[in-house]
Amino acid sequence: MKPNTSERARVVRDGVSLGTAVGLYGMAFGATATAAGLSVWQASVLSLVMFTGASQFALVGVLAAGGGPFAAVGSALLLGTRNTIYGVRLAELLAYRGWRRIAAAHWVIDETTAVTVRENRQELSRLAFASSGSALFLFWNLTTVAGALGAQSFGPVLQAALDSVVPAAFLALLWPRLVPGADLLREQRIVAVGGAVIALALTPVVAPGLQIIAAGLAVLLAIRGFSAQPDGASSQRDETPLREDPHPLGGGSA
Amino acid sequence: MSPSTVWFVVIGASVGAYLLKLTGLSVPAGALKRPSIRRAVELIPAALLAALVAVHTLTYEGALVVDFRLAALAAAAIALALRAPFIVVLLVAGGVGALGYVVAG
Repeated sequence: MKPNTSERARVVRDGVSLGTAVGLYGMAFGATATAAGLSVWQASVLSLVMFTGASQFALVGVLAAGGGPFAAVGSALLLGTRNTIYGVRLAELLAYRGWRRIAAAHWVIDETTAVTVRENRQELSRLAFASSGSALFLFWNLTTVAGALGAQSFGPVLQAALDSVVPAAFLALLWPRLVPGADLLREQRIVAVGGAVIALALTPVVAPGLQIIAAGLAVLLAIRGFSAQPDGASSQRDETPLREDPHPLGGGSA
Repeated sequence: MSPSTVWFVVIGASVGAYLLKLTGLSVPAGALKRPSIRRAVELIPAALLAALVAVHTLTYEGALVVDFRLAALAAAAIALALRAPFIVVLLVAGGVGALGYVVAG
């Protein structure tokens, strides 16, 4: 069945409204990056080439705290593994080949995945992906530059607001994993609490950024513990399809 | 860290992040079906994101601190529980954080 005009319009509208919703987050990124000592150009290259918000914030957060190159790159890439899983999910829906796949890969992130998996027909999936991806890419990069250039004129109150926006944005990304309906809910909650406790405990004693990586690696060790449980509560979920991300941004669109 | 090292970090991590995305779009379906791998990739982000929330809220220059950011995070959690859109969650957090900063001095 061919999608009609109103369906197509709805998909494009959802995608574009999601793109504009990240504006404030992009501005916070630009300002945080320059506060961390990056140039406006370096902040822009991150938004243009890395183009995955949580990894970008993790990288500049480690640099701001005085962390080394290994910790900065490591925490950004560990967070980026989540886009690999999104890609596996999107590959079936989008079914791009050749250069289209190479181009589309750049836009495989939380937000585009959320709107794309809601559509069950290929044409609408592709439309959702392309409209959200292009809107996000445009706004994210424009607001990064605006935030980076504006940061010099920020007073302490605006800086306090910005410092508060960053953890809230991470919490918004984490939230859908912790509420009923999430795949592996119990395990997600355990590793979230564990990750936070490990990171806080290590903060005074390790180089900045390493506590984030340590929290991720601790999960890898804990997986063995989860797998060894005799009850079927966690193992029976292995056969379920990849988690259809309900809405990683807490309802940013629609 | 020298400017050239920062460039190295910026470009290296950016290219790596792109390759992680491309890998997902290119691997044959089922390649990540092994339960232990799937579980690890499903769970690692929760640990990292929670660690980032904790560190960005409760630490400052390597020390544990409680300040306006905790009030802002609590407000953001309430907004999320009420299913507020992303942009509203950020505005609430920014507003409460700024207010807390002004009030607490």
